[in-house]
Amino acid sequence: MGLFLRQTLTIAAKDLRSEIRTKEALNASVSFSIVILLLFSFAFEPSSEQTHEIAGGLLWIVFAFAGALILNRSFARELVNDCLDALVSSPTPGPALFTGKAIANLVLLLIVELISFPVFGIFYNVRWLSQFPLLFVVMFLGTWGIVVIGTMFSAMTVNLRLRELMLPVLVYPMMIPLLMGAIQCTTALLNGQGLGGEAAPWLRLLIGFDLIFSILAVALSDTVLVG
Amino acid sequence: MRKQVLIGLSGVALLLLLRNLYVMFVDLPDEVQQGPIFRIIFFHVPVAWTALLCALFAAGSSVTYLVTKNLKYDAFAVAVTEVGLAFGAANLVSGMIWGRQIWGIWWAWDPRLTSMLICELLYAGYLMLRSAIDDPTQRARIAAVLSIFAFFDVPIVVFSIKWWRTQHPQPVVWGGGKMEPSYYNMLFANWFPILLLAVVMIAIRMRQERIHREVEALRRYAHEF
Amino acid sequence: MSAAALTVDGVWKYYGDFPALRNISFQVGEGECLALLGRNGAGKTTLLRILAGLSRPAKGRILISGADARAPETRRKIGVLGHGIAVYEELSAFENLHLFANLYGIRDPARAAMEWLERTGLERVRDGLVREFSRGMRQRLAVARAFIHNPALLLLDEPFTALDDRAIAVLQGLLRSARAEGRTIVMSTHQLREALELATRCVLINRGKVGYDGERTPEMLEDPSWLYRNYGEG
Repeated sequence: MGLFLRQTLTIAAKDLRSEIRTKEALNASVSFSIVILLLFSFAFEPSSEQTHEIAGGLLWIVFAFAGALILNRSFARELVNDCLDALVSSPTPGPALFTGKAIANLVLLLIVELISFPVFGIFYNVRWLSQFPLLFVVMFLGTWGIVVIGTMFSAMTVNLRLRELMLPVLVYPMMIPLLMGAIQCTTALLNGQGLGGEAAPWLRLLIGFDLIFSILAVALSDTVLVG
Repeated sequence: MRKQVLIGLSGVALLLLLRNLYVMFVDLPDEVQQGPIFRIIFFHVPVAWTALLCALFAAGSSVTYLVTKNLKYDAFAVAVTEVGLAFGAANLVSGMIWGRQIWGIWWAWDPRLTSMLICELLYAGYLMLRSAIDDPTQRARIAAVLSIFAFFDVPIVVFSIKWWRTQHPQPVVWGGGKMEPSYYNMLFANWFPILLLAVVMIAIRMRQERIHREVEALRRYAHEF
Repeated sequence: MSAAALTVDGVWKYYGDFPALRNISFQVGEGECLALLGRNGAGKTTLLRILAGLSRPAKGRILISGADARAPETRRKIGVLGHGIAVYEELSAFENLHLFANLYGIRDPARAAMEWLERTGLERVRDGLVREFSRGMRQRLAVARAFIHNPALLLLDEPFTALDDRAIAVLQGLLRSARAEGRTIVMSTHQLREALELATRCVLINRGKVGYDGERTPEMLEDPSWLYRNYGEG
């Protein structure tokens, strides 16, 4: 178990270090999310009261789009020099490799979200600071779901032609329930309603989704990685 | 032999469908509120059941493939998924036609329509993924994993969409669930030939898949020399 | 006989319906050096990938020191040097080795990394990013990566192709001392002479089948194409 943890963290640290060094995915992802936030301002009246009702939806669509950029890189990074082969032939079990990569993706996507959140608040005049701790919980749960599905599918599509095109097409329909849950919880929080009451079943949905797909991904990681 | 059986089965299915059409239009009265368009339900609903069954079998055979590594199960999984997609599409289209008549709009974000659309997208992704992988063995393995993921997603999609809609005003109130026994019987009477057709289509698709694999292998043999 | 270092027992591998490996069986004793020969597309790389735990055979078994090839304990005993150099461009030489030392569960990863930087003559550029390395330096780093956990079984796929002179010298030196320490080596290669000089055994693969399995004889060294002429596909 100690070794499993060490391998998981080694993989996560490796991915984070290379990404922080090059900032390829991070830069693209942050600028992309700001561009989308800007584009939304043309789709509806940004200063209207209506903004509060769709705030959650807006945010999570931005996060899901930004996530695709990060997730695409996750396994593509291993293709250069056939690094993935070296990882798989090492004693690192599939679940450790998968979890390590998922953790790195989670951190990266959370960074993007934490940058775009204040921008969103300023652009759309949404007050969020007082709700931040709970919002962060929702962000964490939602992002973990995006990352679990995304990392798995990144591994599945890594050797394919059209990898970049394939990933979003496969991943977004799969994430719809998760995004719905995250959107409902976020909207409830931004409207000052808390996570009890109407948002409660959605919070449970988020947790359930995360659990089911984490188990599934870990169980199938060796199947995907070893031919 | 197999071919004759398939032709025979589809013949039976067609005869039964003709008979059902006759009963539907001649024997069964129009529904009081909806009028003649109501009859579309005898296709709309059995087709959806068939599509759901297909999803179930796709997941089952995908798991079986991963356990046995026998490409027969992979062929069954593709066949069932494709046929399921076709029936799902038939469900959507028949639903839209009905909606146009009754609601006056082609598309309503009704929970069932929305869920079916999402499922169609999920399984269309399965076919897209397959088309991008060249090695049949790798294709089977990766596609099986996707199919399992999709299958776990389906119930979550259905339930969450239902919740989502119950919290928002629904575009149309769904009429009471009661149905006359004669209608009810027709629903099942029509499901049988539709299922039969699905079975024939699946068998044909599986055979295609096998032949395709053989051709692919022959091509590789040819490259050896 | 003691447990062979490597047992390949009736291995089949398919691409769809096409068998790429057809009932491959052979054994490699401890301390032997096996040259895996065969034309392009004969199945050498497919077999080596299975040995390295990158893919599973459809039928048959691979035993490494009597244990399954995919067991974590087994994989700790294997060192793989494949087509790609398998080091990360954005990490430094030290970080690369440290990373793999950690994955292999080595107790003092930093010391192991330093030791192998020295053995491959890279200690002066330990903090340089691989991206800035010359080809030869990368290759030496790749060799260090494959050796860092002192593997009992070395799997080398075309080790001498594309290496520069210094990297070849480093690799040959390491392989010789590996032989002296009693490690087992399996390598696939085109470069007959370099491979045959080191090899004690040869297995020739023709279209996914074993065409020849035996000692490396002196006549093979004198005339490297002897094997292909006599046992190659006719």
